[in-house]
Amino acid sequence: MNTEIRGLALMFVATLVLALPLGKYIAKVYSCKKTWLDPLFIPIERLFFRLSGIDPTRKMNWKEHLVALLTINFVWFLFAMAVLMNQGWLPLNPDGNPGMPADLAFNTAISFLVNCNLQHYSGETGLSYFSQTVCIQFLQFVTAGTGMAAAAVVYNAMRIHVTDKLGNFYNYFVKSCLRILLPISFVAAILLAFNGTPMTFEGKANMVTMEGDTVQVSRGPAASMVAIKQTGTNGGGFFGVNSAHPLENPNYFTNLVENILILLIPMAMIFALGHYLHRKKFAWVIFGVMMTGFLFLLIPAVHSEMSGNPAISEMGLAPNLGNMEGKEVRFGAAASAYWGVTTTVTSNGSVNSMHSSHTPISGAMQLLGMMTNSFFGGVGVGFLNFYIFIILAVFISGLMVGRTPEFMGRKIEAREMKIAMLVALLHPFLILTGTALSAYFVNQNPEIGWLGNPGFHGFSEMLYEYTSSAANNGSGFEGLADNTPWWNISTGIVLILARYLPIIGPVAIAGILASKKYIPENAGTLKTDTGTFGVMVFAVIFILAALAFFPALTLGPLAEYFSLYGSVN
Amino acid sequence: MKSHLLPAIRLTFVSLVFFSGIYTLAIWGIAWFAPGHGNGKLLEYNGSIYYTNAGQNFYSDHYFNSRPSAVSYNAAGSGGSNKGPSNPEYLALVQSRIDTFLAHNPGVSMSEIPADLVTASGSGLDPHISPAAAMVQVARIAKARNIDETHLRELVAAHTEKPLWGFFGPKRIHVLKLNIALDQIK
Repeated sequence: MNTEIRGLALMFVATLVLALPLGKYIAKVYSCKKTWLDPLFIPIERLFFRLSGIDPTRKMNWKEHLVALLTINFVWFLFAMAVLMNQGWLPLNPDGNPGMPADLAFNTAISFLVNCNLQHYSGETGLSYFSQTVCIQFLQFVTAGTGMAAAAVVYNAMRIHVTDKLGNFYNYFVKSCLRILLPISFVAAILLAFNGTPMTFEGKANMVTMEGDTVQVSRGPAASMVAIKQTGTNGGGFFGVNSAHPLENPNYFTNLVENILILLIPMAMIFALGHYLHRKKFAWVIFGVMMTGFLFLLIPAVHSEMSGNPAISEMGLAPNLGNMEGKEVRFGAAASAYWGVTTTVTSNGSVNSMHSSHTPISGAMQLLGMMTNSFFGGVGVGFLNFYIFIILAVFISGLMVGRTPEFMGRKIEAREMKIAMLVALLHPFLILTGTALSAYFVNQNPEIGWLGNPGFHGFSEMLYEYTSSAANNGSGFEGLADNTPWWNISTGIVLILARYLPIIGPVAIAGILASKKYIPENAGTLKTDTGTFGVMVFAVIFILAALAFFPALTLGPLAEYFSLYGSVN
Repeated sequence: MKSHLLPAIRLTFVSLVFFSGIYTLAIWGIAWFAPGHGNGKLLEYNGSIYYTNAGQNFYSDHYFNSRPSAVSYNAAGSGGSNKGPSNPEYLALVQSRIDTFLAHNPGVSMSEIPADLVTASGSGLDPHISPAAAMVQVARIAKARNIDETHLRELVAAHTEKPLWGFFGPKRIHVLKLNIALDQIK
């Protein structure tokens, strides 16, 4: 096995080995059982609740949960807008970067608020250290915590007891940030700092190179931010090129750490569900479905990137490095393709290579990862997306065998199905409408100057931007000139809808189901912890999510694939 | 909504102090013990201080050249070309880089040139090249500096960084370190 493939195997095995115990720990945190970190965190938690005037034991129904969630998110939005527009005169701005104009600040505030981290600016010139730390890093913690808290509500609702009281939102939120995200980020930040990621408040440094050129080197408080960026499936980088930057991701070891973090919590949340509900087999079925989907995307992407760009191989170059445009030598083609798939299936959106320069197959796999958006998915919200597909699969299989569809001992009826269908159809609606509108504008006005590449790839740039927004991913085909009012505002709207409706939907369904009569399992119950049901869920995801996008994929990456590979042979 | 607004504002404030303030300062304090005191790894040579991880632009014939860059190795910013694999303008650019390389390295055949030498990196600041990319430049440098080729080959081999723990990831060469060693030969 060559060393690049071996590196991928190591990354995956290490993620799994860490996710298993972490899942157990997360389940303990949400069910308020004792953990070994209690002596440290109980006093801090008490302080949090006392200073905020919150009673963490007051139980809420699903509607109260959503009101609490949306209210605090609104406060964060106003705060983020204020910081970004005024960063020019706020402290910690050694490079004198200006405040953001309103449309860019709107896009940036929304994008970090919804855990997407789409960036229409470049970190080095677009943000002050104050914004990076007080606005961006803050949102990277709390929005990840929000997603996890919403998942915890749904976990709670899936238990056997009949109730409308599903725990306290603030309690889940603070515990997620403090007991799960913080310790992991803390360890990761230290590893990064000791491998050369800067952690300083000094401005840009001047450097004269050996050839005698004068250049500048951007620095900043990067290590602390990069750690939570990776841990909380945020993905918005400190520097413009994210984890491709040699200071943000200095070597193969840091790449290993950062890439493990992309998948770690999303994977652990599934195992946590198994421990929390005492249904480990059900968790393994979910894991199996996600894993299968992940491998379906990973293998073609890695193969395609390692084989290289046929148009360049045709010129007669040595082919053994693979496709190196937009990639770093220290990672190589394989680890770049692996990152590309892990970051798109999880709604992380950080990159260690430029996705726009990937081969069409790898680009298509990244798009599919975001279009399905449920193979592991973002922290917390990944499971919420998957939950919708479970509900759909239960309903369809119930109809197929002629039984009343039941999930976890509750009947699924018209109201829940309507919500599930709306959430499932929202995703393709947002992506395809946005892309169609933009393609129309480009067609009407070819001089508009949005696209960085001609032809099919130009279409893929627009498709990718809306897919990334709707999946709350945040990566991009960065050839697109996206810092314009149209892109800032239209993707901003997509971001809001695609974040909150897929949280509201599953929480509502779970809340409604929890208050229904509990029907104990009997011979007629559709078993959800079997391989057959796994296949059923996979089929629903494939038909609903993947095939809805097939025509759009045909116009973009598939057309580029056939034009590129067809002309060579 | 109203009953949640005040707790939300207060919780936001406490979270800010903790996740932006205390956490950041703790990491900042610990990073002081890291190489370069949290400024990133530094490398001192001949009285100059270089950032080890920020790649430099080497373009002279008597140095091992670094990869093409979309930002000319100015680490004030960063960026890739973002060109798609089928873009005709991009493919013409790669072809012209190949032609330029062949003009500077007579006697080298096309099939010896590895892809990293004619493609721009993701960051525009890639500090590395592949071992093959160094080897293919040996003949030119040996001639420009009047040094024995086998000696240079040994130098390249000695500066080839192994995969992580000997097992994982690609081999690579740190261009700056190799060029410093090159300057020290005489």
